[in-house]
Formats: sequence, structure tokens, C-alpha cells
Amino acid sequence: MKKLFILLFSFLTISVYAEAAAEGGEFRPGDMITHHIADDYSWHFADGVVLHLPVILFDNGQPVVFSSSNFYNENHELVPYKGYVLEHGHIYRATPEGEASHDKAGLIDISITKNVASMFVSVALLFFVFFSIAASYKKNAGKAPRGLQSFFEPLIVFIRDDIAKANIGPKYERYMPYLLTIFFFIWFNNLLGLMPGGANLTGNIAVTLVLAAMTLLITVFSGNKNYWKHIFATPGVPTWLAPIMIPVELIGILTKPFSLMVRLFANITAGHIIILSLFSLIFIFQSIAVGPLSVAFATFMNFLELFVALLQAYIFTLLSAMYFGGAVEEHHHEEHAHGEAH
Amino acid sequence: MELVTPGIGLIFWQLVTFLLVLFLLTKFAWKPIMSALREREASIEDALSAAERAKLEVQGLKAENEKLLAEARLERDRILKEASDAGNNIVETAKNKANEEGARMIAHAREAIENEKLAAITEVKNMAAALSVDIAERILRRELSDPQAQQALAQDYISEVTL
Repeated sequence: MKKLFILLFSFLTISVYAEAAAEGGEFRPGDMITHHIADDYSWHFADGVVLHLPVILFDNGQPVVFSSSNFYNENHELVPYKGYVLEHGHIYRATPEGEASHDKAGLIDISITKNVASMFVSVALLFFVFFSIAASYKKNAGKAPRGLQSFFEPLIVFIRDDIAKANIGPKYERYMPYLLTIFFFIWFNNLLGLMPGGANLTGNIAVTLVLAAMTLLITVFSGNKNYWKHIFATPGVPTWLAPIMIPVELIGILTKPFSLMVRLFANITAGHIIILSLFSLIFIFQSIAVGPLSVAFATFMNFLELFVALLQAYIFTLLSAMYFGGAVEEHHHEEHAHGEAH
Repeated sequence: MELVTPGIGLIFWQLVTFLLVLFLLTKFAWKPIMSALREREASIEDALSAAERAKLEVQGLKAENEKLLAEARLERDRILKEASDAGNNIVETAKNKANEEGARMIAHAREAIENEKLAAITEVKNMAAALSVDIAERILRRELSDPQAQQALAQDYISEVTL
């Protein structure tokens, strides 16, 4: 497994090098990094190995579907297509002169972008892994786990015992499917993001926004009397403070998932930026001597990122479980009232 | 800023895909996996407690066996004691009986001897009386032939009688 990763990372190095060389002219690390961590309408695995993904637009309710390859002519230059134009990674309506019109009213873009495609890959992987594990649980029922099953079982048991049971309490069972799904979804996508040519899915604010919103909705809908009482009539706080306390508590409901959103997004994006920056050093100094140093640091960072991938999945799951635990907690503890870490 | 602006397309796909993943994994992976884990843990728990129970049972049996053995030993001692007591009793009774019988026999013998003695004495007495009478008769017969002697005899008798 480790060897495989090292091999894959060495490909990443080659891919970056190739791209920098192909672009020609002045090397701008900022642009290169932004391009790598941002979403795209085509998936560059390596220089020349490009998968053009489908563009799906709803223009005033009218569906428009075509391949993103239509935006490029034979010289890899951007051209307008069907009255749409691709500019700075976004699709706009084209003006008669072929320029981008910045009036986006009524134009909804739900294209299968690089991130969406990468998510589909991760979903296929999730289904493959966990359906086969479920099958092996059926096959060797009551026996010791084997193969893939024995690799994932400790993780599943850890999430159940040390995340769900420890933080939610007796009602943990209800939340297990969600906690397991976010943990493995985030972890798998973090790891896929580290693959060469991988998309920065979990480092995209839209993805973390949806995940955090899920946690928020589940927290709010599972909030019991105690939870709401804590928000609208915090025990031990004089009534005249309510005009301050209630808004603060309501904001608190939102800041918790907001911190989840930003934490995952920032950690994963930062990891990608650091690795790409280290590679950029080679081209900034334009010296092959910097290469080994850069690669050494980048390799170290990659191993760190492998750890971060697991850690962030764990933290997201743990904090979600803590919020659910707070929402279903039966008796109130004064001293814990505002002690939650953000 | 570009990076922190969530794109509507990705939000849409993420929401749809994640909900689908959540639903399908819950139905076909998490539920069977969790219940399999629960079952296995329950069976391990059962096996452990069964082993514990069996251990306790064995200990109980052992204790019971020991108790039975101890009881048997006590019983044996009791029986032995009873037997020896019974033996002693029998010997004692036999001895007593023998003593009594002996005493009774001796008494009987004494009585018989006494009776025999009395009978013998009576016989001797009778015989002595008969002999006396006989002797007296003979003396008288001889004496009475001599009137002087008769006189002397009568004189003797009278002197013997004291008034």
C-alpha cells in the first residue's frame, strides 16, 4: 500500500513538471495552484491525458447538455460554443462578440465537473468496499473478520464505541449510519484528492457546506426539550439577559456547523497548496538542485496529508457526534454549558 | 473570492449523491454490518458467560462432591460407632443375663439344698424318734419283768416332774 502511494506521488511530480513545461512562458505558481485546487470542466490526469466532462446547463429552465471539449479548438484555445463561453473556470452566456456576459440570471450550471466526477469515483469505491464487506459479514456470520472486512471492522467499531456511544449516549444507534457515511465519505475523498490528478473535492467549500448543513439539520431536528430550553431559556441566566442570550445561542447553532465546514475545507485545501507550493519552488528557482529538497519535503507533506485525511474525517465525525449528543442529552450539566470547542 | 464561493452545481450533485450514498449504504451496508457485529458480540458475550456459568457449576459440583464425601465419612463414623455400641450392648446384656442366671441358679440350688437338708433332718428326727421308741420299748420290756426296777423307774419319772 505504502509503495503504491509512493509510486503514485512520483507520477504527480511528473505531471506537475510536464504541465509547467507545456505552458511555456513565465511560470506563475499562484495560477498553477489555483487551477489545481479549483473545480474544472475537464479532468487533466496528466499532460495530454484529458477527460472532457459533460456540461449540463439550465438556461431559464431549458436543459442544455454538451461536452466541455467543445470549448476548445484544435490549438487548445477557448472558443464560444452554442452561445456559451468558458472564462476563468466558469460558464457564461456569450455576447454577440464572443465575450462573456456577466448577467447570470436564470443560468444554472449543474455540469459534471472534475469534482463531481471524482465524487462519483469515490461513491463507486464506497459501494464496492462496503457492499462487499456487508456480503462477507453475511457469509462468515459469527466468525472472525477476514480480508477487507478485518481492515474496516476496527474503524467501524471505533466509530461506534468511541465516537457515537461516547458522545451521544444510549440513543447512538439512530446516528450510526450518518456518522459512518460521513467518516468514510470524507476519508475516501480526502485520499482520492491526494492521488495524482485527483480532484480537491473535500477541499471544496460547496462539499463541506453540504456536509455541515446535514449535521446542522440532524442536530436541529433531533434537539429535545432540554436542548431548546438551553437555547431559549438558558438555566442559571437571569431573564433580563435573554435579549442577548437568545441571539447568541441561535448564532451558536450555526457557528458549530460553520466551523465544521471551514475546518475541513481549509485543512484539505491547505495541504494541497503546500504540496503544490513545494513543487513550484523548483520552477521558481529554475534549478534542478532544488528538486531533491522539494521532493523530499513534498513526500513528507504527502505522508502528513495521509494522516490529515484520516484525522479530518475523524474530527468531522467526532464533532458531529458531539453536536448530536448535545441535542439529545437528557439532563443538563451547568459546567459544560459553553465548554464546546470550535 | 473564488475559493470560498460554493458553486451551485457542486452543491446540487453533492446533496443528491450524498443522500443516495447515505440511503444505499445504510440499507445495504451499515444495517447488516452493525447487526452482524451486534450478533457476534452478543454470541461472544453469551459464550463467555456460559463458560463462567460452567466454571461455577463445576465448582459447585466439586463442593457438593466434597460435601457428600464429608457426609459419607461422618455417616461411616456414625455407623461404626453405632455398631461398636451395639456390640458392647450385646456383650453387656449377655453378661448381665449370665450373671442373673447364675444368681438365679445358685438361689435355686440353695433352696433345693435347704429343702433336702430339712427333709434329711426330719428323716433323722423321725428315725431317732423311732429308734428311741424302739429302745424304750425294749428297755421297758426288760425292766418290767423286775418289779423293783419298775418301782425305781416310776420313782425316776416322778422326780423328774417338777410341780
